[in-house]
Amino acid sequence: MIETSVRAPEQETTAPGDIIHVGHLVKRFGDFTAVNDISFDVHEGEIFGFLGPNGAGKSTTIKVLCTLLQPTSGDIRVAGYDVVRHPDLIRSNIGIVFQDTSLDSTLTGQENLDFHCMMYHIPREERAQRIKDVLALMDLTDFKDRYVKTYSGGMRRRLEIARGLLHEPRLIILDEPTVGLDPQTRNYIWEYVRQLRDRHHTAIFMTTHYMDEAENCDRIAVIDHGQIVALDTPVELKKLVGADQVELTTSDNAKTAKYVEDHYQVKKTNVREGKLTFEVEQADHVVPHLMAELAQNGVSVETLQVRRPTLEDVFLKLTGRTIREEEGQKDQSRLTARRLGRL
Amino acid sequence: MATPTVPTTLTPAFPAESEKAGFARDVEVVYGIWLRDVKKFWRERSRLLGGIARPILWLLILGSSLRGVVSNTALTGGKDYTQYIFPGVIALTLIFAAMQSAMSIIWDREFGFLKEVLAAPVSRLSIIIGKILGGATQATLQGIITLCFAPLIGLWPSPLVIVALILAMFCVSFALTALGVVIASRMRSFEGFGTISNFVVMPMYFLSGAIYPTSTAPDWMKPLIAINPLTYSVDAMRQITIGVANFPFVFDAAFLVVFTVVVTAVCIPLFKRE
Repeated sequence: MIETSVRAPEQETTAPGDIIHVGHLVKRFGDFTAVNDISFDVHEGEIFGFLGPNGAGKSTTIKVLCTLLQPTSGDIRVAGYDVVRHPDLIRSNIGIVFQDTSLDSTLTGQENLDFHCMMYHIPREERAQRIKDVLALMDLTDFKDRYVKTYSGGMRRRLEIARGLLHEPRLIILDEPTVGLDPQTRNYIWEYVRQLRDRHHTAIFMTTHYMDEAENCDRIAVIDHGQIVALDTPVELKKLVGADQVELTTSDNAKTAKYVEDHYQVKKTNVREGKLTFEVEQADHVVPHLMAELAQNGVSVETLQVRRPTLEDVFLKLTGRTIREEEGQKDQSRLTARRLGRL
Repeated sequence: MATPTVPTTLTPAFPAESEKAGFARDVEVVYGIWLRDVKKFWRERSRLLGGIARPILWLLILGSSLRGVVSNTALTGGKDYTQYIFPGVIALTLIFAAMQSAMSIIWDREFGFLKEVLAAPVSRLSIIIGKILGGATQATLQGIITLCFAPLIGLWPSPLVIVALILAMFCVSFALTALGVVIASRMRSFEGFGTISNFVVMPMYFLSGAIYPTSTAPDWMKPLIAINPLTYSVDAMRQITIGVANFPFVFDAAFLVVFTVVVTAVCIPLFKRE
């Protein structure tokens, strides 16, 4: 009551064009430091990805940006306003799509949107049109009068994004928007997100642990243990890994590793789960020679894979772990929770 | 849809505005939250059955059987026992309905909807008031159903009494839902309602003079009766219905008002952003 009725203060943006400014954000819960001094800026109209495993500090950062959580310290501004001093002004200017559904499944799609209009004080005369627009944008017009409990997972996600757009935010925050959705639906969601940015210049801040999806972002911050370990465009990040990846399983991985290191200027080989991996420039030229030489040395090659670098490799290189091995099980339990929510 | 924004035109969505506009917004938030609760209640009409089942159990079965045992009408203000406990049965309907609707907060938290509300640019107080009004409306509707049983026990309240009683029911429901919201905001699981029923609703009911005159209670129970808001709720409604009173009506009303204000104030920090 008090917060919403104060006069809008002067904007506090230092760098014009930045929808988010995070300067030295620290968030502690007791002794545990969830976010340890991170800094980044998100530009207007940019798709910015936050990439990292669960527990890396992604959700904590999101909650601070949504003003649902107070930072321990740091200078954080969203849409030009300080998160500590003007939470309600920020809330009016951002759309949030939470990791887990936040729809009322016993109401219809239309009713969920009506409710949002009331909560976000959208001028009454504009409501019908805006609801129509967001429903059309997310392809939900035909389903608006159906109860949300009859929606599929992808439809629910789209309805949540539609709802987040109702108050015409300049920034949409998507927390793991595609978890638990099938690949086709994930692609659709991405199409919608890109459209949103292209047509309406809405900035998008999103978290994900799907490496292939992170490729859709303009810039990515890789976060691990509460710190940003790299921040750049996907293309630049992949240059960190540099060369192509070769993965082999052979009758003698150790011998092969030694051979590769001695003859192909490979600095580092890695044996994991019975697989030998190493990086080499122009793998497509190198590998045929290597195969022949290994055969001459009495090593038989069982499997071979050559890969261009992906963000997964970037993550592995930066953190020494793969994201996938940590996440599979969590996704599964989250999916189960979501199905229960459908009751 | 959102118009393309260029960096130099970072205009806030809500420029300077008057206090009055702020108030109108709060009213709409309260209305929105109330409307959702009432809509959901209407769609689950089975909940109205509670309003029907309780008077049957308490009045027609328990009351009719006990009236033979409770023959001392001096204690019941000269009234028939079933008529004496009638306001108490209404109170029971109200407290059950109020608690049940307040518990919907736990569902909202579990299924995520609460986040949608808590992340909106709205004041905590309007959320709480909307929630309490929604619960109070549901409870009052069930109370009115219970009231329809009055002729069965020989009570024919005048229109004026009916209006006064419905108003009283609403105020009592408001107070009880507020209490329910405080409890629900501290709970994290659904197992809760059984516990609430056993450790809050029933003790409050039995310590309220709803089904026996409080003067017959042993001394150790009296302080508990004295701090129980249901005691004054039942007393107020009994005065309206059959004109039997333990306390002055003004005292009942004052106690409930103070109780409601204090409990609502307690709610606000409990709803702070997580």
